[in-house]
Formats: sequence, structure tokens, C-alpha cells
Amino acid sequence: MFPEFLTDIYTDYTIRNITLGAMTLGFVSGSLGTFAVLRRQSLLGDTISHAVLPGIILAFMLTGSRDPLILIIGAAIVGWIATLSIMAIVNTTRIKPDASLALVLSVFFGFGMMLMTFVQRQPEAASAGLSRFLFGQAAAIIWDDVRTMLIVGGSAMVILLIFWKEFKLVVFDRAFALSMGMPVRRFDVLLTTLLVIAIVIGLQTVGVVLMSAMVVAPAAAARQWTDRLGFVTLLAGGFGALSGVSGALISVYMTRMPTGPTIVLCLTVVVVFSLLMAPNRGLLWSWVRQHRQSREIRSRVVLGDLYWLSAQHEGAEHGHSIGTLEAMSAGRVAVDHGLEDLERAGLAQRTGDDNWMLTESGRHQAQKDLQSGERESADV
Amino acid sequence: MFDLTSGQIEIQLVAVVVAVACALLGVFLVLRQMAMMSDAITHSILPGIVVAFFLVQDLSSPFLIIAAAATGVLTVSLVELLNRTRLVREDAAIGIVFPALFSIGVILIARFAGGIHLDLDVVLLGEIAFVPFNRTTILGIDLGPTALVMMTIILVINVLFVTLFYKELKLATFDAGLAAALGFSPVIIHYSLMSLVSVTAVGAFDAVGAILVVALIVGPPVTAYLLTDRLWLMLVLSAGIGVAVAILGYWLARYLDASIAGSMATMTGVIFIAGYLFAPYRGLIAIALRRRRQRWEFAGTMLAIHLLNHEGLPSAQQENRIDHLQDHLNWDSRFAEHVVRWAERHGSLTRQNSHLFLTEKGRQRAREAIVR
Amino acid sequence: MTAPASAQTPAIAVRDLTVAYDDRPVLWDVDLDVPHSVLMAIVGPNGAGKTTMIKAMLNLVRPAAGQVEILGQSYQKSRHQVGYVPQRGSVDWDFPTNVLDVVLMGRYGALGWIRRPGEADRKLALQALEKVSMADFAERQISQLSGGQQQRVFLARALVQDAQVYLMDEPFQGVDATTERAIITILKDLRSAGKTVVCVHHDLQTVPDYFDWVALLNVRKIASGPVAEVFNDTNLRLAYGGRVAFLSRDSAAPATAQPTPDYED
Repeated sequence: MFPEFLTDIYTDYTIRNITLGAMTLGFVSGSLGTFAVLRRQSLLGDTISHAVLPGIILAFMLTGSRDPLILIIGAAIVGWIATLSIMAIVNTTRIKPDASLALVLSVFFGFGMMLMTFVQRQPEAASAGLSRFLFGQAAAIIWDDVRTMLIVGGSAMVILLIFWKEFKLVVFDRAFALSMGMPVRRFDVLLTTLLVIAIVIGLQTVGVVLMSAMVVAPAAAARQWTDRLGFVTLLAGGFGALSGVSGALISVYMTRMPTGPTIVLCLTVVVVFSLLMAPNRGLLWSWVRQHRQSREIRSRVVLGDLYWLSAQHEGAEHGHSIGTLEAMSAGRVAVDHGLEDLERAGLAQRTGDDNWMLTESGRHQAQKDLQSGERESADV
Repeated sequence: MFDLTSGQIEIQLVAVVVAVACALLGVFLVLRQMAMMSDAITHSILPGIVVAFFLVQDLSSPFLIIAAAATGVLTVSLVELLNRTRLVREDAAIGIVFPALFSIGVILIARFAGGIHLDLDVVLLGEIAFVPFNRTTILGIDLGPTALVMMTIILVINVLFVTLFYKELKLATFDAGLAAALGFSPVIIHYSLMSLVSVTAVGAFDAVGAILVVALIVGPPVTAYLLTDRLWLMLVLSAGIGVAVAILGYWLARYLDASIAGSMATMTGVIFIAGYLFAPYRGLIAIALRRRRQRWEFAGTMLAIHLLNHEGLPSAQQENRIDHLQDHLNWDSRFAEHVVRWAERHGSLTRQNSHLFLTEKGRQRAREAIVR
Repeated sequence: MTAPASAQTPAIAVRDLTVAYDDRPVLWDVDLDVPHSVLMAIVGPNGAGKTTMIKAMLNLVRPAAGQVEILGQSYQKSRHQVGYVPQRGSVDWDFPTNVLDVVLMGRYGALGWIRRPGEADRKLALQALEKVSMADFAERQISQLSGGQQQRVFLARALVQDAQVYLMDEPFQGVDATTERAIITILKDLRSAGKTVVCVHHDLQTVPDYFDWVALLNVRKIASGPVAEVFNDTNLRLAYGGRVAFLSRDSAAPATAQPTPDYED
């Protein structure tokens, strides 16, 4: 399968369009999604992606055209109406954001479903294309779709670049941006428009039901790998493109693999891998770190105890039994393992009768620990 | 068009039962600010249903319900687990978990269940119109449509849950800390609620599909929330609105010859908008009227305080002139004139030439406002 | 840029300011003059409108009545001369960015549209970090900072704004003792350099040591002026009501207020 599809990309017109389209939409929605995730609008993304359904269908009903650009415009307009409705409900009533999101999502979607039954009753072939807006269909991507994605997505990326530092500040510290006289509300509108674009761009390929994952998941994965906003955005775009292309191609080459769900599963793999493996933040790394830290603390405690004992007995040469040390740490740490670690680091040594004492460097280390400990407690 | 067959009555009955079962649980989801969890759960129970269906090959088996409840609890736990790593925030965690589970469900259906009973349109839309054709019989007696029997049982469970644990639910919703301190574990209540949402969702799947369940769970309670402050009344009103949504939705669908589930969701929106505009105290119109009344009152108090603050000071000559309100309070002259007239009518100030003087009543008013 | 404000016009002039959220008044008809080159504390009980006062000065909330002038001009005109330190808790410290980048945000106002911060801005930012003893942390991810370090970064960001007037919302909230000392040193330096600094402040005990000017608020203004003149038992009682007990040795002398230990939580 692999070599086959590689040659297809160069030779097969359809496959090239699918690849290019999935890559574009994955990159655009992934990178734009970064801002949505940072603004805690993941669920708004979910709501918008469901709520645009009536927009697509109305656009079709009114124009009779299934030109992707027209349908996307219809979707974007209704996406904005949905967003404004949510804001109106939250601002003028005591209904909380979660409930207004769920209400708008389900009512708009239901309305869309109602409209869809009208359209489906018409026998024309033109209406057949609409049902793929539910779960997406990569196989149907044609050059028109790709062109639309490139134009819409490209403009969104240009806007992102132009206002990069303003977006960053508005999202990070709204009050500070306002105090600088930035038109923060206008940037809100712009950012929400970009979120709507990130969603509508993938509607025919991924489908309304799952499009929100394309916006949320890449950013969540990318955040684990880097601490810089620019890299997060780029990487999210990369993850989105990767999952988009692999999901689309799998769904094309395998029978009965709906495109949207396949892409989302590819994304999920990326997310899980990132959560586990990303350096620093990844769960695997923090487990390793925790383990190392508890070992470190164990050694410190034993070292300190040994030092205290030797100070009490005024003779550093004197060895001390494991039993004494265990009594001192009152079972908090595994003394024997701690001693082995210290021995390996050359900080402690065995005396003849299986007792333990500090080495010269161990004594130095213990003194240093003690001093820095005092400094820290003075700081607090 | 208005002659009812038994099938049409049965469809409406199912719709009503589903709507009430959803609305009762929805009240607590809305109050606990977890409405979006209903969206997540109704999506993510799909793989559980599909796997169970493969095992028992029967869409109306109670086994499916158990599987759905288990998957619902799994969803909630996964979200919580992700959240606890602190690597992603809760909203993003929800937005990652449920599409993943839903995708698995959809792919399973597409690959292995194509052609048999379960198909994708039903998952999203349900097909309540087919409800009368699938009937439950015990010992040869026709008990009615299977969906009706199943949903009635679920409704009874929900009603029992809400009434028996009314005070626990109330406490855990408004003060989780106190509930825990009194020994009602909020965690248990949380998970039971989520399991019941899953069970209700799977029962309603057949009839209204995954996403429209959300409309029925959230819509009626949210509308009721605009109408009352009492929990029990909110439950009653939600159930009532649920009934209205079901029946009006059905007739809208018949009138338009459109999807019944879609029409019910649309009706939910219509009823919400009606409540949003016309609710007696919290409606948009009531608020606007109240604001208008308060605006003068507020401005009058503001003026009284302004005059009181400057009374007896050398600056008073300046500050209490009506034509200076524009500079000092930033009021335009027409508004200022209105406020002064309002205050005069209410006896809190008198006007001599263009100077304003507080009456004793006005002074009182200002002092009361300051002390609060 | 702008004509130097004459000695007569105060650095900040608040006139008849009333602010209400949903018709619930937070500030009632407040008049307040802040002279040039003072270090002023705004104190008052919870819900007294202290933060709202700062926000009104910054034009972040729309007043129901009254106005604020900074350096004799509306905020729109004077904002290039105003530096702002928001409450530390108001931002997401897990935001993917590093210390230097946050400080550079203070330069955005001077940069204008589209232009990115350049080498000169970086240098200014590093100098500011030097001043708050955070130069070693320039490349550090902000989530790895302690509360005190976060506050220093915010202060450095305000410093690169190179302002005449600084407005700070609880700069000492939740910081360690070392940071508190470092911050107050910097604030006093700013005042010596002729800047005006206004802080929302919670710790009554440190007011006489840290500040030379004070405003007591409780929805309305109770008093404002030099600490030595207005920071006394009478005014504190007016501002805090019965909620605070004062041990004054001599009611005539300027009080060193001793709040009961549990006064602020």
C-alpha cells in the first residue's frame, strides 16, 4: 500500500488533490486552533462546528449551488450567528456558558437536520453532496475544494502573521492590552473569525460532528513539546497536516473507513504519544523525574543523618549501623537503598562491621546541604 | 391530517417520555455547570453501544444500556484523568476525549455493521417515526413499542432518582463541600448522575439520535431556569416544557413534513427564545423595563451624593450649578436636565436660578446610598 | 511628545467618578488628586472599589459619571506615559512563552502595528530584568516561576514602558519577603526619579513605611493625602467600619495601625 500511494501522489490527480486538501485544512485548523485552546474556547469550537450545519444547507437552498466557497460562506455566517447568540445569552441572563453552548449547539444542529430532510426530499443529485458534511468524505475532494481551502486558509494565516504580537498579548493579558489602547474587542472578533475559518475549512473533509477535534487536539498535543507560542502554532499545524493526510489517505485506500473519524483517530494517536513522550512535560518523563527526585531526597536524608551522628560522636571515623539510621528516619525512607546510592556517589563508605560512615566528600556535601537549607528557610 | 392513528399517538408518547426523562436530569447538569458533558457523553457512548450490539445482536437488549452507562462513566473518568495531568485544561480534555471515542464507534459501525440495523443516520438523527414498528411482546401480549417500554422504565428510574435523592442532589449541587462533610459523597452523586445521563441517552438514541438528546437535556431546564428560583419548581417546569417541546415538535414536523427529531430541537429553541424575551422577571423585556426605571433613580442618587459631597465647601458654588454637571459628571445637558427634573419631582433637591440645593430628603437619600 | 505637565495640574485627577456594574455602584462620586512624584497606596476593605479605581484610571471600565485625567489629559492621549501592573492572578501562567517575551510586551505600545520588537527593545527588556534581579531567568518558561518571580516579571514589563505614571494592582500580593523588599526599593527609586506610582495595597501595617501618600476608599473616598496626615485611626475606622481593631498609643498622633491578625484573608 505504501509505495502505491507514494507514486499515486505524483501520478494520480485525485490522490494529489486529496493529499493537498487534507494537508492544507489540517495545517490551517491546527495552527489557528492554538489560539482557541489558549483562550479556553475548545468547547466553543465544538459548538460552532455543529451549529454551522443549517448555514451550509441554507446556502445550498438559497443559491442552489454546491460551490464549496458558497457553502463555506454560509457556514461561516451561521457560525458567527451561533457565537453571538451564545454571547448574548451569557451576557444578558444568568445562564452559564456551558449551558448556552450546549443549547446553541443542539438547537442549531437540530434545525439543520430539519432543513436537511427538506433538501433530501428533492430528487436532484446536487443534494447528495450535503450528507457528507456530517462525517466528511476525503475521496470527494476536487481541485475546486483545494483552491477554496488554499485561499481561505492562506488569508487566515496572513492575518495571523500580521497581528501576531497583538494576538499574543490580547490572549495572554487582556487587561494590559486594553491599558495600551489596543482595540481588544476588535481582536476578539478577529480571533473568533479565525476560529470559524478553522472550522468551516474542514467541513466537507472531516464533517461537522468531528471538526472540533481538528481544532483542539493538534494544539493540545503541540503544547507538550514546546514552550514558545510560535513553535506551538507551527507544530500544531504540522500535527494537523500529518493527521489530516494520513487519515484522508487511509480512508481513501481502505473500504468503509469514514474520513472524519479516521482523521480524528490519527490525531488521537498523536495526542496520546505527545502526552506520554514529550520531553519535560510528558507523563513518562515526569514519572522518571519523580522517581529520581524521591531517590535524591532519600540520599539527602540519610546523608544528613550520618553527618549528624558523626557530629554527635565527635569522631568521624566511627561507623553507624543501619538500624540507628532507620530509627532516625522513622521509616520515612528506605535507608539501605539510600546508603547504596551514597556509596555509589562516593559520599559514604562501609566500615568493617557492616556499619556506615561518611567519606570526606560526603562530609563536605552534607555541610553544603545544611547551609543551603538554612538559607532557604531564611528566605521563606 | 388531525385524525390520529394509534401509531401517531405512540410516537408522541415516546417523544414525551424521552423529553421528560432528559429534562429531569438536565436540571442538575445545567445547575452543576456540566451541560457540555451531556454533549460529550451522548457522543462517546457510541462505541459501548456498538460493541455490546455486536455481542448480543439485539438493539433493544438491556445489555446495551449497561454498556452505555459503563462507557459514559469511562468518558467522565478519562476527562478527569486528562485534566488531572494538568497538561491540558478541562475544556480541551472534553474536546479530545469524546471525538476519539465517537470516532471509534462510527468506524466500527461503518466497517462491521453496515446494512444491519445500526447505521450512521440513526446515530445522529434517530428515527422516531419507525418506533411503532418495533414492538415488545411478553407471553403474546403486546406491551407497546419497544422504545416506549424501554423509555418508560428509564423515566421511572430517573423520577425515582430525582425524588429519592432530592436533598442529596440539591446539597451536592449547591455546596459540594458541605455535602462531603455531611457524608454524601459528591463523587458518587456525580457518577450516578453521569451514568443515568448515559442510560437515558442510549434509550433516547433510537428516537432522537445523539445530538438532539442534548437539546432535550439542556433546552427545557435552561428555559425553566429563567422562570424560577426554586429547584423543585424548576424540575416541574422543565418536565412541562419537555412535554410541550415533544408535542409541538411532533406537529411542526408533521406540518412541514420534516424530521421529527430536528423539529423537536427547533421547538426547543423557539420555546427558549420565548422565555428569553418574555420571562416575567429575568426576561429581556422585563430587564429592559427595569433598567429604564432604575436609570433615573440611579442618576438621581448620584446627583444627590455629588451635591452632598460638595455641600458647604468653597467649591460648592461651582459644583452645584446645573450647567456644570456636564463638565463634572460628564453628563450631556439634556440628560442632566432630565435627572434634575426627576430629582425635583421626588423632592430631593430644589433649584434656585441655576444652582441646585439638596433638601433634607435628598441628603437622606445620599447618605443612605453611601452607607448601603 | 506632550508638554510637561505644570506643577499645578496633579499627575492624576479623578473628578466626581461614579462607576457601577449593572447599576450596582462600586464607586460613588469620588474626587481624588494624586500629585507628581508620590508613591501612593489605595487602601480599603474588600469590595471597596480599589481595583475598580485603578481600572477607571486606565479607562478599562466606563464610568457612569465623572472623569479621570492623567497628566492633564484624557487617558487616550496620555496612555503612552502610563505603565500598568495588573493583578498577577489575572493571566494564565501556563501560557507558552518565556520571561523575556513577557517583558517585551511592555514595548508593544511604543512599537505600533506590525513591527516586531528588535534588538534595542531586547536590550531595554534585559536591563529591566536586571533591575528586578531576574536577568538569569530571561529564557525561563513563565510557568516555572514562583509567585514573587512572576510579580518581578510584571514589574519589569511595566518598567520597559518607560512611563511617567505607574498604576499597580496589588503588586505585593502573595510574594515572598525578599521580593517585597526588592519591589519597594524599585518603587521608591521610581518616585525619586520623579515618577508617580499608585498601588492597590492590602497590608495596612506597611503603609507608613512604604508609601508617602495614601487614599482610603470604601465605595466613596474617605480621605486622601500625605500618609502622616490622613492615615489615622479616625479615617481607618471610617473606611473599615468595625471590621478592624486599632491599637493606637495616642489618638492624636498619626496612627500606626495594627490590624487584628485575621483582618484580611
